[in-house]
Amino acid sequence: MTEPTRDAFEQALDTREIRGRSLYVDAWHRLLKNKAAVVGLVVLAIMIVLVLVGPMLSQWDHEIPDWDHYSTPPSLETGHLFGTDAIGRDLFVRTMIGGQISLLVGLLATLVSLIIGVTYGAVAGYLGGRADNIMMRFVDAVYAMPFMFFVILLMVVFGRNIFLIFLAIGAINWLDMARIVRGQTLSLKNKDFVEAARACGATEAQVIRRHIIPNLLGVVIVYVTLTIPQVILVESFLSFLGLGVQEPLTSWGALVNEGAQELETAPWSLMFPAGFLAVTLFAFNFLGDGLRDALDPKDRL
Amino acid sequence: MRSPVLKVRDLHVHFRVDAGSFFRHDYHSIRAVDGVSFDVFPAETLGIVGESGCGKSTLARALLGLQRAKGGSIKWLGDEFVGASEEFLRKKRREIQIIFQDPAGSLDPRMTIGEIVAEPLKTFFPSMSRLQVRERVSGILQMVGLRGDQINRYPHEFSGGQCQRVGIARALVVNPRLVVCDEPVSALDVSIQAQIVNLLKDLQKKLQLSLIFIAHDLSVVRHVSDRVLVMYLGRVMEVADRASIYHAPRHPYTRALIESVPIPDPVRERARARRSLQGDMPSPLHPPSGCVFRTRCPFAIDRCAAEVPELEQLEDGNRVACHLHRELPPGPLPEVDQVNEEPSPT
Repeated sequence: MTEPTRDAFEQALDTREIRGRSLYVDAWHRLLKNKAAVVGLVVLAIMIVLVLVGPMLSQWDHEIPDWDHYSTPPSLETGHLFGTDAIGRDLFVRTMIGGQISLLVGLLATLVSLIIGVTYGAVAGYLGGRADNIMMRFVDAVYAMPFMFFVILLMVVFGRNIFLIFLAIGAINWLDMARIVRGQTLSLKNKDFVEAARACGATEAQVIRRHIIPNLLGVVIVYVTLTIPQVILVESFLSFLGLGVQEPLTSWGALVNEGAQELETAPWSLMFPAGFLAVTLFAFNFLGDGLRDALDPKDRL
Repeated sequence: MRSPVLKVRDLHVHFRVDAGSFFRHDYHSIRAVDGVSFDVFPAETLGIVGESGCGKSTLARALLGLQRAKGGSIKWLGDEFVGASEEFLRKKRREIQIIFQDPAGSLDPRMTIGEIVAEPLKTFFPSMSRLQVRERVSGILQMVGLRGDQINRYPHEFSGGQCQRVGIARALVVNPRLVVCDEPVSALDVSIQAQIVNLLKDLQKKLQLSLIFIAHDLSVVRHVSDRVLVMYLGRVMEVADRASIYHAPRHPYTRALIESVPIPDPVRERARARRSLQGDMPSPLHPPSGCVFRTRCPFAIDRCAAEVPELEQLEDGNRVACHLHRELPPGPLPEVDQVNEEPSPT
């Protein structure tokens, strides 16, 4: 009675292809075991949903003032959950809109630096020799330029524009990315599997695309999660200086700037945006640390 | 007379070592491969042995055009490789493939076994359909002794021996005529070594492959090779068929190598008068004058320091590069009390 079932079982074993666990799946499982990282991930998810959905749920608009309430504290009765600012705009909605802008700047500017930095760094590292030397000296030269001066110059020449902010921040951040990626590529290109790919007739471009870049991903993901909060901070700083997004749009940095001016009369207008900003930065950093540990378990020794 | 598939003549591969200061551009040349010549015939195995650092791997890489040669000639079925364009060499790599020493290191950790073996197919036969590629890959995996259901697994889920089988599958999937095996078993356990070596021999018979089998010990090479080439410091010391190398080695270096092979019998091993070579290989930056082996050779005479010995063709077809090979006493090497003095760097 048992014989036929076992045969069937073995047959099933023979025909079923075993799905291997890739290194990324392994890393994902390790990440899920890291409490701080999971908390960071969940907080970020909630934050993104809140920031996107929040303004739709509120009866107020981020531009139009509520003529009956200037600088009122948070209250359920008036419907201004976070209170209003000096000209009567609802702070809850403005914090959410500010969050949208801040996260968008963080993501897009990082994306810009990611694309430029990874390509540049991988090419420089893979080619090596004189090409590498020239490319990296260029990076050093750009590094030496005063960043704030550069951004202010851009703003003055081209006017304040949100895309300019992505570009300006991305154009500075790719330098770090390029350096990290180059270093990683230098160690990868001497691995046997790169040589094997060349022996299999792959062109230089194919080697970079198929073998170098996929193997860089781990480092890059970690760096991205640590760059996003950095970029958000830079944008806040620019907004604080009055160089960031233009009214009536806002960002967390701009809100913190406004709130700081009314700190004595309306402390809530500083508290809420600053709190959201801080929680988001924490979450990103926890997630980044968790990812680093998960993707590179050997480095923890 | 069969004609060789691969003809290597007077091959030189040099590396530059920076020696200049910040202001002065200067470099030394290391002659990793220094005037090597040999032939490989269809479906034969040429063993290449020598100590670490004697230029074996550089030679292997130069044969595939992965390392540019400085001079000489590599003729593959009438095509000259030295000085050929990168594009041309890339196409020709379908016919010459390589198996690496580090089984796991030569497989991309982010790719599945199936993707790794399919990669050369994708570059050399872009017109193949996905189904054809898949069939070919699972066929070749079975041929090297892996189960077809392992196709979606990743290299870190395999043992060293299995990884080396994947490496072999990747080399054979495009039907090459010559496979260069760069110490394919050095990183494996002895029991696995035998499996891999036998697998290579079986596949060679089945596919009529020519093999170049590189190793640093003679016992493995003895098992696979038809002919053996002995290298020392980038030069050929002796080329001979298997029987002559083991039973009548002519070059003192070959004799020393054979005497250093352990006998798997403790009684005989202990009884044997073993004369291992004294000292280390000299720096390839400052090779000895004349015969490169003279600093460690128990028979060295003045002539060895003055004249570079030619690779002499003997009556039986074997070749040896030694001034004294006709006069040397047979039997075990004499004891050497001290190492001959090193050449002073000039």
